[in-house]
Amino acid sequence: MSSRGVGAVRPFGERALLLDVADSAAARSLAPLVAAAPGVLDVVPGAASLLVRCGDAAAARDLARAWAAEPPRVQDGAAATGREVRIGVRYDGADLAEVGRRTGLGEAGVIAAHTGATYVAAFAGFAPGFVYLEGLPGVLQLPRRHDPRTRVPAGSVAIAAGYTSVYPRSSPGGWHLLGTTTAVLFDPGRDPAALIRPGDTVRFEPLPDPIPDPMPEPRRGEEPA
Amino acid sequence: MARLHVEHPGPLTLIQDAGRTGVAHLGVSPSGAFDRAAHARANALVGNDPGAAALEVLLGGLRLRAEGTVLVAVTGARLAIDVDGLPLAPERVIAVPHGSLLTLAPGHAEAAASPRGLRAYLAVAGGLDVPPVLGSRSRDTLGQLGPAPLTAGDVLPIGRDHAASRGESKRPGGAAPSGALPSGAMPTGAMPSSATPLGAVSSGTEGLPTAGTVLEVLPGPRPEEFDPDALARLTRGAYRVTDRADRVAVRLEGEAMATAAVDSRGSEGLVAGAIQIPPSGQPVVFGPDHPLTGGYPVLAVLTDAALGTLAQVTPGERVRFAVVSL
Repeated sequence: MSSRGVGAVRPFGERALLLDVADSAAARSLAPLVAAAPGVLDVVPGAASLLVRCGDAAAARDLARAWAAEPPRVQDGAAATGREVRIGVRYDGADLAEVGRRTGLGEAGVIAAHTGATYVAAFAGFAPGFVYLEGLPGVLQLPRRHDPRTRVPAGSVAIAAGYTSVYPRSSPGGWHLLGTTTAVLFDPGRDPAALIRPGDTVRFEPLPDPIPDPMPEPRRGEEPA
Repeated sequence: MARLHVEHPGPLTLIQDAGRTGVAHLGVSPSGAFDRAAHARANALVGNDPGAAALEVLLGGLRLRAEGTVLVAVTGARLAIDVDGLPLAPERVIAVPHGSLLTLAPGHAEAAASPRGLRAYLAVAGGLDVPPVLGSRSRDTLGQLGPAPLTAGDVLPIGRDHAASRGESKRPGGAAPSGALPSGAMPTGAMPSSATPLGAVSSGTEGLPTAGTVLEVLPGPRPEEFDPDALARLTRGAYRVTDRADRVAVRLEGEAMATAAVDSRGSEGLVAGAIQIPPSGQPVVFGPDHPLTGGYPVLAVLTDAALGTLAQVTPGERVRFAVVSL
């Protein structure tokens, strides 16, 4: 097992440092080690970097000096949490048919490809509880929608570029919507608040039955004439 | 137990403390007071820890009724402060007697002609004791976490988390601005109910913008993503603050920057004060409720002091950038 480390240590404003690393797994591997360094408030793993937020400028300068002399290194494989999260999905997304056409897989093929893969939670961002999941099969990798939606429903299971994820709550979004889940991705009153955390393994499972809709159907008499 | 009753919240009044730490893996941003220096100054005046929960008052319009005598201090944007119609000075301790109405109205009579900031901070001796969410009492407007914006009818509980209530004297070296209470004078019941009249010493204008506000920046973390002259271009002209300016980001208009190769490294962590250059070429400066990660290149980053200044710039105002080194 080889060890991997930091390519460059870059100041990011007065109180933060940005560490270049090979990939998101390296960023996650380094995160606990770096978070334990003196004066560090928080670390934010990225696709190929690790942001280190410090309490003050002196702590950031001291760490930059120390790491320039001896970069932090970790063993490969330290990135995984060992947790597996399974998410039940009703594949009823607004873009399922279009993704089926564009990939040539058809709707059933898209569902099979999406549920057949094992994903790794790479890094968080966009919204509390939103985690970019790596491992999307190449055949499903489409660029983001040209026209982002102003409102994506909470619980939407979506894909874009090399990632899949779940929208924790209703928000604007440009990903392709494959389906919906009733899993609660984020609840600040729960510990831990986020269902999926970087380093988790994630699998999607098709739900056999439609999710009951708690909203009553509008009565015909209420429709506009 | 003293409390504050919200009779009118103004356009936007938020509870803010020093923000959240250690929760980035949950996808949660730091948030916290936008003008950190003004927030800490208000807390210091009433004897709180610098990061105690206080009110961030956008543009004034706030009316609070005191239940029990309450000590407050107002810093940051210059608002017209009064208690039951008696005008009072900013940057001083104010005692609001039981049953009195504290008003923070927009603008200050002496300063109506010039921009005097957007965000005032109202600290209460003891701090605001609303329930913390993920370790902080800050409202994150992007993440929609923490205490909701104030609405009429809200009752704000006041805590006991200030230095005097713990029997501590001022910390050695702690900045105690002139006008702060002498140590040992803090217990609420011991305070005279007469408030400090306006016309007494009022200094404390640090951090507030003047015409052509200069924002000092440090070069971004990846200068190689931009043309060699990109920083020079950023500092050459003035930018207008658009009305798309909030705690998430302040969008500027001016000479378009040459855009760099986008997303070559994928998303990475952001900090408040980061100046991102999206494909439009118009700079976006992130505030405390910034997205946790972003994909567009960051050309420069505001200094901490400049971030406090950014909190006070008004849409329509002009800003310029100056590169500094530490």
